[in-house]
Formats: sequence, structure tokens, C-alpha cells
Amino acid sequence: MKQGGFKLDWLLLPCLGSIAVILLWWLSSKTWSKDLPDPLKTWNVSKEYVLEPFAKRGELDQGILRFTLLSLSLVVKGYAIALILGTPLGFCIGLSKTFSKAFDPIFQILRPVSPLAWLPLGMVLFLGAGKNTSELAAIFTVAICSMWPTVLNTAAGVRSIPQDYLNVAKVLRLSRYQTLRKVLLPAALPYMFTGFRLSLGIAWLVIVAAEMLTGRPGVGGFLWQEYNSLIYEHIILCILTIGIVGFVLDRLMSVVENRLKFA
Amino acid sequence: MSEFLELSKLSKSYPAPGGGVSVVVKDFDLKVKKGEFVSLIGHSGCGKSTVLSMIAGLTPPTGGGIILAGKEVVGPGPDRGVVFQSPCLLPWMTAYENVALGVNQVFYTANKEERRQIVEYYLSVVGLEDSVHKRPAELSQGMRQRVGIARAFALAPKMLLLDEPFGMLDSLTRYELQQVLLNVWRKDQRTALLVTHDVDEAIFLSDRVVMMTDGPEAEVGDIMDVEFPRPRSRKKIMESPLYDRLRAHLIEFLEVQAHKKGAEKENGGVPQSHRPPQNKSDVALKLELK
Repeated sequence: MKQGGFKLDWLLLPCLGSIAVILLWWLSSKTWSKDLPDPLKTWNVSKEYVLEPFAKRGELDQGILRFTLLSLSLVVKGYAIALILGTPLGFCIGLSKTFSKAFDPIFQILRPVSPLAWLPLGMVLFLGAGKNTSELAAIFTVAICSMWPTVLNTAAGVRSIPQDYLNVAKVLRLSRYQTLRKVLLPAALPYMFTGFRLSLGIAWLVIVAAEMLTGRPGVGGFLWQEYNSLIYEHIILCILTIGIVGFVLDRLMSVVENRLKFA
Repeated sequence: MSEFLELSKLSKSYPAPGGGVSVVVKDFDLKVKKGEFVSLIGHSGCGKSTVLSMIAGLTPPTGGGIILAGKEVVGPGPDRGVVFQSPCLLPWMTAYENVALGVNQVFYTANKEERRQIVEYYLSVVGLEDSVHKRPAELSQGMRQRVGIARAFALAPKMLLLDEPFGMLDSLTRYELQQVLLNVWRKDQRTALLVTHDVDEAIFLSDRVVMMTDGPEAEVGDIMDVEFPRPRSRKKIMESPLYDRLRAHLIEFLEVQAHKKGAEKENGGVPQSHRPPQNKSDVALKLELK
């Protein structure tokens, strides 16, 4: 009985939910939106890309996992920059009231700016780079958009360190470096990782938009090209891929995040 | 014998919200001899923790001075081992690492093996030899405070400062840890200053009990010598007629303070909202129990 309940919850219910959505999709394609390809047609047209995920037939005609890797490689670069800049920035804001007062307003203004707005600026910034311009602009956009959750969560983590811990550091007269390494960093780590996880989610959102605008090969670039070539089935393939990859990234990060939580 | 710790005219005031200053502690004078165990007793919020915090160097005094072993105290340092009310262990470190953090800092000239021995010695003295590598989350409140005590003693401080260290424990654990504290203290012969609001704890542990008047402008109200021979046994002390006399003296002092406060309140004096009202009934309850 218990075993059955477990299976129902974890296997059957998500399947039922997915079937309901696919049914809705199929109904839509048959009724109010005749241009929407139905599920079966989508699969038939897309299966070549799924079944040969690493094939390369042309610059914008590659297996879906190959596109994913192309996108991820840009995400990794931008995300790394975001963490390298965002974490120390968060520490400064969390530790220093002066720093926080000086920079918090400008951060709050830059934070809600859409990636679509940053990308053209990125292109301008790296115009001198010639054929690398679009790649550098995409990395720039990923970095600047995904940085904020890391900055703000790190700052919140540093601010929430109990005075007790700082007193311990003071009483033992730990050096600044020791205090940072033994007290501040471990105490703020769970918060920081929440920031890292949110940042990664944003980085993945941004790369798709950046590729669509620049036409770089990748999941987003492929999606936009197929829209222009009227192969609508591939739009749905791309959406599903983007969703699944985003989900997997988030899961991976929360596994690490949960390991860092103590009592 | 010369004074080891000397507080003279120690004062602390904060700018009050809405102008003026609120004086927490005023002209606090106290002399403590080397190796002495002194308790500071008073109602919650009377400023006794503030005095301890100033000696620890965590709160800068606004007036007066502190001299410890011939040197003026400026800022915190490992020459004063502090045991906090909540043990303040770092939750990402094991009991061993928590103690080692300070030991590595203080005994930086000692080699690894010597430092390991110091940490393990103090953890075993407080009875934690089996829980050395557990994290605070796996330890009970009482065991965490044992780590806190081990950490303070392991620094080989000139002086121990204990800020209501057993306040958060149930009474059985409290008795046990008071005994642990006395054992370690006797072995090491450190000078100790304990802040408490527990009358029995103060009598059982100390050579002298310093009674503080209620704030604002708290100061030393009275000092009582506790001349039970050491090592002390709780049972013997409790049975002695002297114990009742000392206890009555302390409680009377605290009662008078509470009454003064009550009278002030009724006369529309300064309200002491930060002082929990249960203290008075606490004392009353203890009297009834007797």
C-alpha cells in the first residue's frame, strides 16, 4: 500500500500532469492555432536532432546537445566572471556601511535592466574585437545580468552573521584574513550559494536571449533561425531543451547548497 | 597581595534616543586578587553584563579604566577567556576545531603535536573525550557549553570572564557544569569573574559575591565574602547554617533593589522596560521554597 502510494506520488502524478499539458497543446493545434505543430509532428520533425544529438551538419544545423554545449560554454564564462566580481562586491556591501550607501542605489537601478538592453551596449564595448565581438558581448551580458543575486545574497549573508561569531573572532583576536576565512566565509556560505544558484538560472535565461539577438550558434540562435525558416517544430524542441537544461542546472546547484546548510 | 584586576570609576553611557545620555554603569570600582573567584550578581538588565563586556574589551568604557595584571585593558584579546551565555560555537567546526581555533592563535610557537595535546586535554577535562569530532548540532546544550568552557580555559588566559554561562541550561545540567567549572578552575588557578543572577550559583562558586544595584547608574551595592573551604561539596555547603545566612543576605539585597524599582515605577519614575518583570517573582518564589 505504502509502496503504491509512493509510486503514485512520484511517478504517476507527474506523468498525468505532463499528459494533460500535451493534450492541451494538441487541442490548441487542432482548434484555435492551426500554425502550431501538433506533438506528433513536432517529434517527427525534431527526432533527427534528438537522436543524433552531437551531429554537425552546418553552423546553424547541429544536434541539440551540441547546441546546448555551445550555449553552456558561453554561460560558464559569463557566470564565472559574475561570481568572481559579485562575491567580493557582496562582501564589501555586507561589511561596510559606507560602501553599501555609496553603491547600493546604483546597483538597485542596474539590477532590473533587461539582458536585451545590455547586449547592444556589450556590442559597442567590444566593437574593436572584430569577429569576437558578438561572443564577448554575450559573455558581458551574461556576467552583468547574472551578477546581482550573488552580490545581494552574499551581502545579506554577511550582514546576517550573528554578532556572537564576530565576538568570538574578536576575543581570539583573529587576524583580518583569519576572520574572513574561518568565520565570515563559512557563516555566509549558505546564503552565497543561494545567490550562486539564482545567478546560474539567470545566466541561462540571458544566454538564450543573447544568442537570439546575435545569431550565434547555440540553442537560442537555433530557435530564432528556425522561426525565420518557418520550421516551428524546432521552436518547441528548443523550448523544451532550454527548460530541461535549466532545471538540471538548478537541481545540481541545490544539491550543493543543501550540503552546505548546517544546523 | 597586589590586586590582579582593578576597575576604577568604570562607567558606560549610551546616547539616549531622543537626546541626553542614558548611564548604564557609573563609577564602578572593584578589585580582584589573583586566583580569586568573584561573582557579580544583580537583576537582569542592571548592567552586570556590560561590566563584563568592558573587561572583555568588547564594549569600550566611556569613563574610568581597567587594569589587568599591571596593564591597561584596551580592546579584546586572548589573555581574557570569555565564556558566553550561548556557547557561541562556530557551527561548521567540530568541538575540536572550535577549541583549536583559539589555541592555534595563542600558542602559535608550539608545534602541531603540542597544540593537539592542549586541545585534547581541555576537552577531556570537561568530559568530552568521546565527542571531540562532533559538530555543535550533534551536541546537547550542556555539552556545547562544555566546549565553550574548554575553549576559554585552553587559551591559558590571565583571567576568565563568564557571562551567565549556565543561564540557558536545565538545573541538573547546571549543577553538573558548575562542578566541571570548579574542577577546571581549581586545576588551573585562574582568576575568574562570573556574571549571574542565580543566588545559589554565586555562593557555591565564589570567594566573594559583588552585588550590583539596579541600573541606570548601576554601581557596587555590597560585597559579601563566601568563606567555605575548597574543594567545596555542594551537599556540605547546603547543610551549613552559614549558607542560609549568606543566601538570605543576597536575597534581601535583591529584594530591596526590586522594591526600589517597583516604588520608582509607581511614582512615575523612569520605566525600566528592558527589565523583565519575572525577576521579582523569581526571588519571591525562591523565598517561598525555603
